[in-house]
Amino acid sequence: MALKRPALEATISNALSALVVGGAAGAVVVIALIPMIAGLIRDGLAARLTPTMTSVASIAIGVGATVFLITQLPIFLIWLERKIAAHIQDRLGPMRVGWHGVLQSFADGLKLLFKEDIIVDGADKFLFKLAPFLTIMGAFAAFAVLPWGEGLVISNLNIGLLYAIAITSLGAIGILMAGWASNNKYALYGGMRSAAQMVSYEIPTAIVILSVVVQVGSLNLSDVIAAQQGGVGGVTNWFIFRLYGLNVIGFILFFICGLAETNRNPFDIPEAESELVAGFHTEYSGMRFAFFFLAEYGAMFFVAALTAVLFLGGWSGPFFSGPLVLFVKTLALVFVQMWLRWTLPRLRVDQLMALCWKYLIPISFVVLIAAAIDGVVGS
Amino acid sequence: MSTQTQYKDLEPDETYAFKPEDLEEGEMILNMGPQHPSTHGVLRIELKTDGEVVNDARPHIGYLHRNFEKHAENIDYQGVIPFTDRMDYVGSMANSLSYAVAVEKLMGIELNERVECIRVIVSELQRIASHLLAIGTYGLDIGAFTPFLHSFVEREKILDLFEWLCGARLLYNYNWVGGVSHDLPEGWTGRAKVFLDQFSPVIEELDELLSHNKIFTARTATVGIIPPELAVGYALTGPNLRGSGIKWDIRKEDPYCGYEKYDFDVPVGQGRYGPIGSCWDRYYVRVDEMRQSVRILRQALDQLPAEGDVHESVPKRVKPKPGEAYGRTEAPRGELGFYVISDGSLIPMRVKGRSPCFVAMSIFHEIAKGEMLADMIAIIGSLDIVLGEIDR
Amino acid sequence: MSLDAAAVQAKIEAKFPGKIPSAELEVVDPFLFVEVDAIVDVCTYLRDDPELAFDMLHCHSAVDYLPPKNPEEARLEVVLHLTSLKHRHWIVIKVKLPRANATMPTLENVWPTANWHEREAFDLFGIQFEGHSDFRHLLLPDDWPGFPLLKDWVWPEEWHGIAVKPTAKMAERAQQGEQIGIGPFD
Repeated sequence: MALKRPALEATISNALSALVVGGAAGAVVVIALIPMIAGLIRDGLAARLTPTMTSVASIAIGVGATVFLITQLPIFLIWLERKIAAHIQDRLGPMRVGWHGVLQSFADGLKLLFKEDIIVDGADKFLFKLAPFLTIMGAFAAFAVLPWGEGLVISNLNIGLLYAIAITSLGAIGILMAGWASNNKYALYGGMRSAAQMVSYEIPTAIVILSVVVQVGSLNLSDVIAAQQGGVGGVTNWFIFRLYGLNVIGFILFFICGLAETNRNPFDIPEAESELVAGFHTEYSGMRFAFFFLAEYGAMFFVAALTAVLFLGGWSGPFFSGPLVLFVKTLALVFVQMWLRWTLPRLRVDQLMALCWKYLIPISFVVLIAAAIDGVVGS
Repeated sequence: MSTQTQYKDLEPDETYAFKPEDLEEGEMILNMGPQHPSTHGVLRIELKTDGEVVNDARPHIGYLHRNFEKHAENIDYQGVIPFTDRMDYVGSMANSLSYAVAVEKLMGIELNERVECIRVIVSELQRIASHLLAIGTYGLDIGAFTPFLHSFVEREKILDLFEWLCGARLLYNYNWVGGVSHDLPEGWTGRAKVFLDQFSPVIEELDELLSHNKIFTARTATVGIIPPELAVGYALTGPNLRGSGIKWDIRKEDPYCGYEKYDFDVPVGQGRYGPIGSCWDRYYVRVDEMRQSVRILRQALDQLPAEGDVHESVPKRVKPKPGEAYGRTEAPRGELGFYVISDGSLIPMRVKGRSPCFVAMSIFHEIAKGEMLADMIAIIGSLDIVLGEIDR
Repeated sequence: MSLDAAAVQAKIEAKFPGKIPSAELEVVDPFLFVEVDAIVDVCTYLRDDPELAFDMLHCHSAVDYLPPKNPEEARLEVVLHLTSLKHRHWIVIKVKLPRANATMPTLENVWPTANWHEREAFDLFGIQFEGHSDFRHLLLPDDWPGFPLLKDWVWPEEWHGIAVKPTAKMAERAQQGEQIGIGPFD
């Protein structure tokens, strides 16, 4: 059957959209069934391989699955953000490429991939090339300790929270490096602002995390979730409902700091497009720019997931537990992040610092001290 | 005077107002623009920064200069109107109105009431459209993206009305010397009333969304303070002057087109969240002015005389006697005046456009000193400049 | 209390005798000529006198008069439109300058808004303002040839390789008295 070109394009587009939507639906099913699949794979491997080889192979499979997830996730999140922004702003957003524009991010990614890789003349070439990799590494390496279910964690580190704090800070170095290496005043401003902001906001973040650690008695993320299981309806043991409601404050603090750590509005001053053009990635184009973009969405998802793990019970849910529960909780938090971005104006750099040092840090200490006293009295 | 026809080649450094050798320790020259997302056009601002703090600022304008005044000296009186449209390209109705008022003053043309009323209607609609753009982009400057698009939706409806009226959406060539180009189409006033009914709640909605937001007031209510004396000394007009608490509106002081017949208030800056004359005051005067414009529009649409030829007073040939006149109107951005000198021929001898944005921009270096980098954007946005009018 | 142009003229005459060589009071916008050597004093008086209180210089224009028939009238004029926000009256002050080496003292210290207006007048007319604090080009490039709003300015053929001379079609037709059509009347 000979199709005319527009019809052919429409057919291809429809087929691809169906593939993506179907794939997404399939992914949800797969995520829901991950514990079973993982169990089957583990049993199958254990029957055929030595124990060492089994653990190596299961880590490899876990890494592969996570890498697949975190590389595909930002593409989905970018589309989601554009649609949410559009509907908040009384418009439709991407509608042309595929069903409701689901293929738009793929098209954009393809475009970025084929774009000329420009390195400005005055740039420090080595650092300029290194910076995006550091940033994306910091954002994605953190996923290694994120538990998706009972035993479903790539690396069950006993200092998982410490690792998460440490590795996400790598992003700040990448951004600072990008700002410096670009040899552009706006990029430099963006880099310096970002460094100041991230270093400042790490403090309340760490203190809030510490308050949870005090309540759990472990730095292991799986232990954190284990401590939140049970209770009425599987909900009341979540940390957000404990410590006489003080953990609600901790939760809000952690969420605010998460926004600042990932440079999201209203704390997006490192890339404040109205004053700094594009901030630290002013001079980047093509795939290097895409790396910053992917890192931002990856970090966003990780921070939301960490919030869910610390305060909302992680993968343990009221009716059933598993990766899907964590996924839903995380997406809900990501939605709030996007909602805030398209509603609030941006703070100024001094107000941002004042908010952190004058309000967030003292309040976070209050939560920490309360948690410590509660722990002492309780024992 | 000799007219030199040679130019010399300049080094790029020679175009800087600040010289590198004058910088203090830790200072840096930062060029904001000419290509920058928030300078509202092709504006270059040279900033002497010390970290995030701006120690001094010098605007460089002229990137859009096309010497409209020279054009005007080479074309007949009616032919100048399209050029005036292109000065403030988001408030074209007000520009051509101001020029028409100046030439009518020069020629002593009296208009019938219907023309005057139509002019009031279109210029108030234009004021709303222009203020919507101003507050929308101001939100964008501060980092709030959403109000921008919501205000554009409303602006679009006004542009639709204008398109129905005269076929153009941006540059109308609508106000002529002695009249307007087209009479109101049948059903237009009804549609305009429907728009007003629908628009009044939207002002309150925008107000809730942006004006009283804590972050927004923190960003704007304490920066860019223009004390009243400074505002008068720099001859600011329009919302910028009224933001400093001075009640001065050409529609009240020097009424044209029968503005004295309408009942409306002149909003001034109240200093609600900080000192009077801040960016927030200037912003909020614009929000209040939209409410007043709606009031004027309701009265004008009700009073519109049914009879009257809009071309009744249009002269067949615009040829004023030798003389001069300065006509001024309250354009959305302030007092827009045209100083027209005739030597008795068909072509104006001199047309000087007194641009409110040009004057507003000249105060920038005074209020920018000591503020932070992000405040530059807040100040530029609150002055509501249009580069097409600054550079003419 | 609002004053009309005649009253303003009388007040200036009383304070600065002989500094107003001529005045037009019977036209649409009455104006007074002021001698260039007294302009700063007169303007300061206009601003500071409580009955005059012209606190706003709301328009500052330069005009080039080069009548082809009587060349002895050739001159440059600087026109100041002054408004008093306090008394709500206004007046037009004019200063005559020779076309060759036109120079006048700056009014920047009287009304700060004169700063940019004077730079614009220098850009387009070549009028020098003595004592100006920041006398640079404003609208035109720093190396633009000549002062375009002078009536005898000639177009350069090119500027940094850019062809800038317009094709003289519409202007010539208008000069010959043809009405250039802009609407349904034509």
